[in-house]
Amino acid sequence: MTGFARTVWVITRKDLLVEARTREVLFTTLFFAISCVLVFAFGFVREGRPVSDAAAGILWIAIAFSGTLALGRVFERERHGETLRALLIAPIDRPALYVGKLVGILILLAAVEVVVVPLVALMFQAALFDHALLMVGLLAAGTVGFAAVGTLFAAMLVRARSRDVMLPILLYPITVPVIIAGVRGTAALLQPEGGLPMARAWLAMLVFFDVVFITLALWTFEPVMTE
Amino acid sequence: MKSLATLVLLFALAAPLAAQQPAPGPAQGPPPKTPAAQDGFVPVDAPVTGQDAIPAPRLVAIAYGFIWVVIFGYVWSVKSRLSRVERELETVSRRVPERK
Amino acid sequence: MKQTLFVPLTLVAAAMFAYAPFMILAAPYESTMGLVQKIFYFHAACGMALFLAAAVSGVGSAVFLFTKKPAADRLAVAGAELSVVIGLLVLVTGPLWAHKAWGVWWTWDVRITSTLVMWLIFNAYLLLRRYGGPGSERLAAAVSLFGLANVPFVYWSVNVWRTLHPKTSVIPTLQPGMRGTFWFCVGAFMLLSVVILMLRTELEKRRQELDALYLAAED
Repeated sequence: MTGFARTVWVITRKDLLVEARTREVLFTTLFFAISCVLVFAFGFVREGRPVSDAAAGILWIAIAFSGTLALGRVFERERHGETLRALLIAPIDRPALYVGKLVGILILLAAVEVVVVPLVALMFQAALFDHALLMVGLLAAGTVGFAAVGTLFAAMLVRARSRDVMLPILLYPITVPVIIAGVRGTAALLQPEGGLPMARAWLAMLVFFDVVFITLALWTFEPVMTE
Repeated sequence: MKSLATLVLLFALAAPLAAQQPAPGPAQGPPPKTPAAQDGFVPVDAPVTGQDAIPAPRLVAIAYGFIWVVIFGYVWSVKSRLSRVERELETVSRRVPERK
Repeated sequence: MKQTLFVPLTLVAAAMFAYAPFMILAAPYESTMGLVQKIFYFHAACGMALFLAAAVSGVGSAVFLFTKKPAADRLAVAGAELSVVIGLLVLVTGPLWAHKAWGVWWTWDVRITSTLVMWLIFNAYLLLRRYGGPGSERLAAAVSLFGLANVPFVYWSVNVWRTLHPKTSVIPTLQPGMRGTFWFCVGAFMLLSVVILMLRTELEKRRQELDALYLAAED
């Protein structure tokens, strides 16, 4: 197990170091997420006040869109440097490679969410932090589910044609259940009273999806990435 | 085999986790006008009258008509693609021995 | 072997489909929904055929991913294309029925939403195979597996959540007049699916032969 964990750490560290040099993906994704929130805000504001319940949907749409962008950029970088091929040739466990890249993406998305979530709470006057632990749980479980599928497909598509448009086409239908659960869980959490058991139920649903998606991804990563 | 066992184990762990929580209700649209049979269908000999908007016979006709058209259309499409490929196979296979 | 079975199976399927409307017309009406409920016989049968097609595609994809057998891949493509076609039938006949039964064309019910999602996944499969360039067979197979994972969810969702859509308990409790007609239609659609899968895999096989021939001709 320690060999696996060490490989994961090496890969994640590599990704974080590369990103720390330029911070390109972090800043561009962050800016995109903020623009996303703004665009939706203008769409859902009536007479200067935001439509209630819009906050949950907009938050998760911003996460989904910026997540897709980040995934595309990170793997584009790998393709450019031909480093993915090097990683595949290296004598490491393929699942460890997958998990390493997944953790890197998760850290990146977490950094984005740290900014976007308070922004949404502010702009939509949504009490997202009243039940902070549950909110963090929903965000974590939802982001893991989304990123688990996204990492698999983004890696898979590195050598495919039309990869830029293919990633959203493949990713969104499959991660819709995760987004739905995230939105409904957040909306339940935002209810003035009585929404907590529902929010917890949606959280359990998210964890279930995470387990299924990660298992499927681990299972298919090896055969899909080999020539 | 090991990965298959992992898969089964994870499913076994995840399923009770999801099953234990109270089932959340989905976002409902406007409530239905009639409580359409959900748990079982109850047969009667003559239809109960009532209802508005588009008459039922038209809906049923459109539904079945659509099904027939799509099924025939798809089978025809597969058949025509198949004959096209077979024709091409014939032409190409004749050219290949010529070249050799 | 497959060739000799194809014609008799097609004839039987055609005969069943020719006879089905008579059975459906003769079936009793439902007490709350009346005539429009008769869409059920084909709608639910299509639903079951959809599960079959999705399962064929998913299992074929899994076998292809782990054994690289081209026959498995051919089955995967055929299953995916059939899923898209039959899924379209389900998603169109459902709202036609729902308009009368529930008063709305569409609702974001679990069963309906998850069926739409599954349909989209198989559409994405076909798009990937068509436009993804070389090597997309393997990638699409992974997509199909996720589509397969949806099947049990779509089926059980209607029992777990409060929804407008009839539950699965409707089928086992069907009364004699409806039961026979329903299972006859299911049989017709299953047979039709098998026939279409045979035809479509044959097309795929021919296409692969043609590609191989082109490659040989280039040498």
